[in-house]
Amino acid sequence: MAVKVKIPTPLQRLTNKQSQVEAEGFTVGEVLADLERNFPGFKERLYDEKGELRRFINIFLNEEDVRFLEGLNTTVKDGDEISIIPAVAGGSL
Amino acid sequence: MLTDRDRERYSRQILMDRLGEEGQERLKSSTVGVFGCGGLGTITSLYFAAAGVGRLVLVDSQKPDLSNLNRQVLHWEKDVTEGVSKAESAKYKLSNFNRDIVVEAHTAMVTEDNIEEFFGETDMVVDCLDNFESRLLLNRFCIETGRPMVYAAVHGFYGQLTSIIPGKTPCLRCIFPESPPPEPFFPIIGVTPGVLGLLEATETIKNIVGLPGTLRGELLIVDLLSYEMGKVKTGFDNQCSVCGKWRK
Repeated sequence: MAVKVKIPTPLQRLTNKQSQVEAEGFTVGEVLADLERNFPGFKERLYDEKGELRRFINIFLNEEDVRFLEGLNTTVKDGDEISIIPAVAGGSL
Repeated sequence: MLTDRDRERYSRQILMDRLGEEGQERLKSSTVGVFGCGGLGTITSLYFAAAGVGRLVLVDSQKPDLSNLNRQVLHWEKDVTEGVSKAESAKYKLSNFNRDIVVEAHTAMVTEDNIEEFFGETDMVVDCLDNFESRLLLNRFCIETGRPMVYAAVHGFYGQLTSIIPGKTPCLRCIFPESPPPEPFFPIIGVTPGVLGLLEATETIKNIVGLPGTLRGELLIVDLLSYEMGKVKTGFDNQCSVCGKWRK
């Protein structure tokens, strides 16, 4: 499945300044792994040492926070849009 | 009650069907807390003063320095040289801009123990902060006292905005269960808090007047580089340590 991933500006340095990139996978977790393959650095930003998503970074599938779906196991379909939304404190990334 | 001078000063906005004299009276009788008088706070408070919000409570512990002036547009060079506090500097300009409103300034560090002193009489508080710990302090206070708050945050060309209405919308802790690492000197250019501050003032005015289309349960994401704006839904976190027990 090919989905669009929207990258917040603080992380666009990892995607050669692109605000949106394509990535593939059947689940949100797989899409994020594909993102890491194409643009190394995301894994470190998005996951903690235990391999869990950092809790100050939200992943949305279309309009829904995946925490309230099935997390990284949430399945995606062609044309879906994933948004990475960090807590902005005046800076978090 | 509106005076003849109010009717003239705010005549163009009273002309708006959505606002009218009733909306103007609501603005006039409102007290809005502005927590933080930096990039966001100088913009929101300027437009609250312009719109005739009756009473503003400005709170900030700092004095402006030269590197603040690219974005904190109510603080000027003389405030830096004279060492005027941000709250007093903003109060001075806003009071001269609009003599018909009341502007209170508090130069103080806000803590769990004293937050009530500053915001206890406000109808709403606007989050114009630059660090997550203070935001969470404000979030908890607003949830516990049933007071609406508007959240905005900026970084570089990026910003976020939402309304938090106790009992009705997820709170900031629901949205972000953990705080990000602090970053005291984050990159920022004035236009970003300018745009987000205006959106935050818009959102606050809409909440006060009771207009539809507020960001309740939705987070607005603004990317000024791509000019993309999008909304996502925020969800109640059943484990939320702040608002969970108030919802039961």
